[in-house]
Amino acid sequence: MIPAFDIILLVFLVVTSVIALRVRDLLAASMVFGIYSFLICLLWAEMTAVDVAFTEAAVGAGVSTVIMVATVYQTARRSKD
Amino acid sequence: MKGLALFAVAFTGALLLYATGDFPDWGSLDSPANGGELSTHYIKEVRKETEVPNIVTAVLADYRGFDTMFETVVVFVAGIAIIAVLRDFGNGSRGYPPALANNLPEEPDLIVTQTCNLVIPVLQIFALYVLAHGHHSPGGGFQGGVMLGASYILIALANGVEAAMKILSERKILLMAATGILIYSGTGLVCLLLGENFLDYHVLSRILPTDPIMARSHAMLFVETGVAFTVTAVMFSIYANLATRGTLKGGL
Repeated sequence: MIPAFDIILLVFLVVTSVIALRVRDLLAASMVFGIYSFLICLLWAEMTAVDVAFTEAAVGAGVSTVIMVATVYQTARRSKD
Repeated sequence: MKGLALFAVAFTGALLLYATGDFPDWGSLDSPANGGELSTHYIKEVRKETEVPNIVTAVLADYRGFDTMFETVVVFVAGIAIIAVLRDFGNGSRGYPPALANNLPEEPDLIVTQTCNLVIPVLQIFALYVLAHGHHSPGGGFQGGVMLGASYILIALANGVEAAMKILSERKILLMAATGILIYSGTGLVCLLLGENFLDYHVLSRILPTDPIMARSHAMLFVETGVAFTVTAVMFSIYANLATRGTLKGGL
């Protein structure tokens, strides 16, 4: 593990998770959630858990983002709360 | 009420942070994940017992094969549940509000279509490589299956769900998802019929032209193929149902 790289990744993780919760545009929220998944994937790759990182990249950052964007397109784009 | 919720979140967070102090250090030899009896056995013996260099795959598909089988069943059930909830067999008028997608132009975009046509064959070949090479490098049934499913989602994104449904119809999706489970549990059942425990692959050497150790390695490929079948079908089915409100017509 490289501490400086870790700290950068973890700070960005916290920032993206707060943005994903606070932003009212749900399309933007799902894109930020994809970034969040990709950062977690980097974190796992950096901890040499390559299999888990691979799964996170394929499922978390890839397919689930597409599925969430598809759902936003079929429902409402603006959050009401 | 909001203050109470904030207090509950802060309190739970503080408790979790406090508990973090009891974790062993990363890579510490005292942690059960590194120094425990079971993990020591995996690290030392996997190569001798199964001839598989990637320990993760060996644990996933062989030592913990029963777990993975029901993970696949969970994926299958999730796909069935999505179809049960969303699939609209009528004319697509369930009284939903009009979708954003209806305002989009009908013609597929030239750049998107051409890029997808270029990317999809490469993606599918790479997915098959990830599936078949899961013993030696990171990857396996889940990752390969998700990438194969993503290639069909790309077709649906570029040309509309109907174009993708021509290649992988709903009937084929359901058959594929069920076949995956059948391949996985069938491999286990064959072991049972040959007189050993369920999913105890080494006994397969009696019907495969290999020794018991390589039989375990090959059986892992069988069950991973089953996983890939189910995951591919379910991923595409979930996307197709969500993107079209269960009508499987039109697209994003």
